[in-house]
Amino acid sequence: MDFTYTETQDMIRDTLSRFLADTYDFETRQKFIATDTGRDPAIWTALAQELGMLGAAFAEGHGGLGGGALENAIVMEELGKVLGIEPYLPTVVIAGGALKAVGGAQAEAMIPEIIAGNAIVAFAYAEPQGRYDLANLKTTAKKDGAGYVLSGHKSVVYAAPWASHLLVTARTGGGQRDKDGVSLFLIDAKLPGIVRRDYPTVDGSRASEIYFENVAIPGDALLGAEGGGLPLIEQIVDEATVAVCAEATGVMQKLHEGTLEYTQQRKQFGVPIAKFQVLQHRMVDMFMEVEQARSMTIMGTLKLDLPANERMAAVSACKAKVARGANFVGQNAIQTHGGIGITQELAIGHYFKRATMIEGQFGSADHHLGRYERIVLAD
Amino acid sequence: MDMEFSPEDLAFQKEVREFIAENYPAELRDKQDEGEEMSKEDFLSWHKILYKKGWIAPAWPVEYGGTGWTPTQRFIWSEETARADCIRLMPFGLAMVGPVIYTFGTPEQKAHFLPRILSGEDWWCQGYSEPGSGSDLASLRTAAVKDGDDYIVNGQKTWTTLAQHADWGFFLVRTDKEAKQQEGISFLLIDMKSPGITVRPIITLGGEHEVNEVWLEDVRVPQSQRVYEENKGWTCAKFLLAHERTGIAGVAASKRGIEKVKAIARTELDGDQPLIANAFFKRKLAELEIDLTALEFTELRSLAGPNAGKGPGPESSLLKIKGSEIQQRLTELTLEAVGHYGAPYFRGFGEGDNEHPIGPDYAHRAAPTYFNMRKTTIYGGSNEIQRNIIAKMVLGL
Repeated sequence: MDFTYTETQDMIRDTLSRFLADTYDFETRQKFIATDTGRDPAIWTALAQELGMLGAAFAEGHGGLGGGALENAIVMEELGKVLGIEPYLPTVVIAGGALKAVGGAQAEAMIPEIIAGNAIVAFAYAEPQGRYDLANLKTTAKKDGAGYVLSGHKSVVYAAPWASHLLVTARTGGGQRDKDGVSLFLIDAKLPGIVRRDYPTVDGSRASEIYFENVAIPGDALLGAEGGGLPLIEQIVDEATVAVCAEATGVMQKLHEGTLEYTQQRKQFGVPIAKFQVLQHRMVDMFMEVEQARSMTIMGTLKLDLPANERMAAVSACKAKVARGANFVGQNAIQTHGGIGITQELAIGHYFKRATMIEGQFGSADHHLGRYERIVLAD
Repeated sequence: MDMEFSPEDLAFQKEVREFIAENYPAELRDKQDEGEEMSKEDFLSWHKILYKKGWIAPAWPVEYGGTGWTPTQRFIWSEETARADCIRLMPFGLAMVGPVIYTFGTPEQKAHFLPRILSGEDWWCQGYSEPGSGSDLASLRTAAVKDGDDYIVNGQKTWTTLAQHADWGFFLVRTDKEAKQQEGISFLLIDMKSPGITVRPIITLGGEHEVNEVWLEDVRVPQSQRVYEENKGWTCAKFLLAHERTGIAGVAASKRGIEKVKAIARTELDGDQPLIANAFFKRKLAELEIDLTALEFTELRSLAGPNAGKGPGPESSLLKIKGSEIQQRLTELTLEAVGHYGAPYFRGFGEGDNEHPIGPDYAHRAAPTYFNMRKTTIYGGSNEIQRNIIAKMVLGL
């Protein structure tokens, strides 16, 4: 057993952390998320071309650094610490994960584009009626000659306004909630018939409702087997789930550090409020949640390659624990800051908002407890 | 990073598993299965088997009789002994005073005491707590006054675990009343058969005689039995407490405990289905198991992470807090699982007793264990004190 990072992994973390310290302070972030497009494209370009960061999790043969899930976790944790809105999760973790799993011509063509920073991919999987069920799909892709015709409505697609490509789940057969008949497609985001309604999200990012109105897509947009895509989708969503847990670890660490700092400055009754034992114990409890979130993220990351049931149980344990921890740390950070904590002025409230969105992303604590129970605690 | 065992570790695991299967005493297993209270001989029987094998002190340096195992091997060892439900080894000699003696003791103290701890010849008890001091250990009042080559010790200790069996005790005593609280304390090794020592039982909620009061009246202790410098006993005390805390995370034992609750919940009926199908019970079980996984990986990070080998630091307080809370929730869930049969009070077979206890075997100890385990958040420095330690030492508050 070994829980240390390799030299390369330490180097990735240090490089990224220095870059973000220079480019991504809170005020700068607030400025660019308030622009019309809601982002600064130069940062993505720099991540790709100056730092080579978008290749950290790809094989050397594709021009990457030869890493995988651990490298993704490192990047996501650092992005969490600065409330990064960069679309690393949908582009590298999710689309990259799907391409690596599928391999072949699609991977050869697309992975270099991702590494170079030319492609941004948004993951269009959720639907208004689907909640966290990945197979609950009304969107259909009907066979049409060599290609398909895509129709349906995808909800809250993070990063869609910036995307060059969309990774879309759709039904090629079966009924609305069948496990069979689900397929995965990687398509150009500008195809005729794709209609977007863009909006900001509460955590500072951008997302869209996407309507596919008889969109003609080519046959080679299909990733993996037609109708047998659900296991692949479950796998990449599990990878994404652990990656947001890594992001949560970074967010939670900053919530905790910010609270420690604030309580040592803020005085009441003539002393810094950090001297009050009741607040000290609360901050210790927050610390323990941060440490356990870090432990669970490592556990989940290291179990991503196990057989599906073991992987799913581990990922659900990880997400359930991290979601509860993010809730606890976020709410107590705000409470401890008092009135100033509920304003837009301080960074702390923005970390709280991201922590809160992560709680529900790819399934709430209750959703994941339920999945864990079905796998581990069968009657 | 990886969490796989190496081929060497897997071979070690197999060796350990086979050793336990072949050598763990069957009569001890029977008594455990019947839920009986353990005698001194029961505790010592497994100790002596491990001593003969050379596996009694995995945490000790090799020169004093340790095994030289890696942290991973020690982890495997604790997993395997818990999995096989082996009786716990008394920590007072092996995990507590032993490390203090080999770290701070004189050559004579090491030569005399360490082999006797390993062989199980001496049973040790701990004389730390006093009435009125609780987790504020440094407020202790038991006094040792010099008289020639000896100290004369007077005072009262309490919560002294299994002192009724003890040959020796390690005591914190005040040797300078004028000094600031923590600076006038010394660490003494005292022969429990010394004139002036009285041990009185305290019966706890579960009905067990596990702890005692110890009275010391003009007890004569040679100064050669003081470990480390006079008035510097707090150094030994802190060292020992940090060692004690890593032991009480109890991950392997709690994993075994969860398997037992699951087995009970699959047997007990709730309506026309097993209890484990009850959504509320299942949810509590899932959360407990996930929290235990989080504790396990936090412990593994401290064992096999970048700070491995640097000894227990203040982060051991985290393991103590979470480990003790999980142990308590586990006993609470077990009691809930056994339903009505948590109520009958059964003290185990006495000599010549042939009446079978009431209810299923797994229910006999559910309530006493639940009551008993309330201690885990109190002893070894209460969880409130552990939070103070993290606040000060880790968070810098």
